[in-house]
Amino acid sequence: MDFLNAIVALSNFVLIPALAYGSQLALGALGVTLIYGILRFSNFAHGDTMAIGTMVAIYATWALQGWGVSLGPLPTALLALPVAIAVTALLLLLIDRGVYRFYRGVKAVPVTFVIASIGVMFILNGLTRLFIGPDDQRFDDGARFLIHPRAFREATGLAEGLSIRTTQALTVVTAILVVAALFWFLRRTRTGKSMRAYSDNEELALLSGINPERVVAITWIVVAGLSVIAGVLYGLDKSFKPFVYFQLLLPIFASAILGGLGNPVGAIAGAFIIAFSEVTVTYAWKKVLTYVLPDALAPEGLVQFLGTDYKFAVSFIILVLVLLIRPTGLFRGASA
Amino acid sequence: MTQPFLDAIGMTGGYGAANILHDCTIRVGTGEIAVIVGPNGAGKSTAMKAIFGMLRLKHGRIVLDGENISHLTPQARVAKGMGFVPQNRNVFPALTVQENLEMGAFLRRDDIAETMEQVFALFPILKDKRRQAAGELSGGQRQQVAVGRALMTKPKLLMLDEPTAGVSPIVMDELFDRIIEIARTGLSILMVEQNARQALEIADHGFVLVQGENRYTDTGRALLADPEVRKSFLGG
Repeated sequence: MDFLNAIVALSNFVLIPALAYGSQLALGALGVTLIYGILRFSNFAHGDTMAIGTMVAIYATWALQGWGVSLGPLPTALLALPVAIAVTALLLLLIDRGVYRFYRGVKAVPVTFVIASIGVMFILNGLTRLFIGPDDQRFDDGARFLIHPRAFREATGLAEGLSIRTTQALTVVTAILVVAALFWFLRRTRTGKSMRAYSDNEELALLSGINPERVVAITWIVVAGLSVIAGVLYGLDKSFKPFVYFQLLLPIFASAILGGLGNPVGAIAGAFIIAFSEVTVTYAWKKVLTYVLPDALAPEGLVQFLGTDYKFAVSFIILVLVLLIRPTGLFRGASA
Repeated sequence: MTQPFLDAIGMTGGYGAANILHDCTIRVGTGEIAVIVGPNGAGKSTAMKAIFGMLRLKHGRIVLDGENISHLTPQARVAKGMGFVPQNRNVFPALTVQENLEMGAFLRRDDIAETMEQVFALFPILKDKRRQAAGELSGGQRQQVAVGRALMTKPKLLMLDEPTAGVSPIVMDELFDRIIEIARTGLSILMVEQNARQALEIADHGFVLVQGENRYTDTGRALLADPEVRKSFLGG
């Protein structure tokens, strides 16, 4: 019994949250890694792209809620996704036309692109605060739980109640669908293959008649989709706060670099490693250990290795270790 | 030679202010193999790049099948029937062999299956390895992928920049055999080669360049027989 209770507690506080968080990071890291693979720079504006895209989704959700539209148990924000993705894609294409295309034209070195992206980051950051403000926004609706802890306790008789929130389940399912669609696109379609070819060998792609501007435009559109979905899922699961989205940049980059920049499979693996590390290190293990260990060995303290306020230290340490030991990442991406 | 398929006349130019090519002329007849040889730094690869439009010429013109293509970009020349195999980085290493071939045919809108079968018939090993990443293949196999990729556009002129660089002598002979086979189908071939003797043996015409100028131009056989050429460029 205690063992089962321990598993349920572990699921509630470690496995399920880390799975959801890892899915959100994976979608973010895929965007970063695609931009790195094709445009060949680290996009520091990615966190704020997620923020501004989510902001558009929130406005659209509020409008839909105002009109009385609802998806029943699912959050209305899902219906707002297409609008938000379209607006964000348009915005990214405009930014590319106004900023990055110039630097491509003069064949600027990657660090110039990075600095330009920091400029874009500040602008997007400012725009988000100007419109929706720096405060927390909640926009989730629909059923709160897929599996309610009380119902679970009554059904099983366990002391611990398993809890799976709708947003957590939705996050994981959506991430799986999006990743499957992305990989199908990259591996099976002519356009997707041309993007991989361009990322692999730019010169030869040109000789083969692949139009670089088209590849770049499609990349931004795909990135808009990934970052809006990642941002909305994160916002539904936790809450929307522009500054938090900016901070997500660190775990997202840590994921992409850990997996090997430019390698999509690596980005996903990296995201889950980061998410599980962060959650396990900041979780107070007292409850689980009390269930599992004999009474004599039951811990007195919280058995928490790091306060949740310091969770970003985990990403940071992993990032530093990867750069020191294996800069190309686990899956050997284009060297960082 | 009557009307040559490729007529690159009086090419003069280089990367900066200094010229690398000086009034250099290269001609390839239909279904012929032409080879550019010469010492290091003679401008062999530069001549090839100029023909493909990767180098701006100060003088001279490039005529392909009677049409002046001097003003066209490399991509537009691909559409006109030029296929180019660069010396380095000539495959997509992370893509599979089959995807490499598909990317070669990127500009084509018709069915490419038949051309792919022809490439597989020419290089049977590629058919076995078509699901493998090109970057995992050996040097010689990779070279076959590179030639196959260029053939996928159905070019009328295939240009190879040192196709045998860095492969073993056995693989080199094998590659040259395949190149002869390709020429027999009516394709014109222009090739830059370090292995001058072997290349001239299969060449209909040879162009010996020295310091960006035509030094000797003749049939491959005649150049091999010429004591002057043998002494200076073929090591006796």
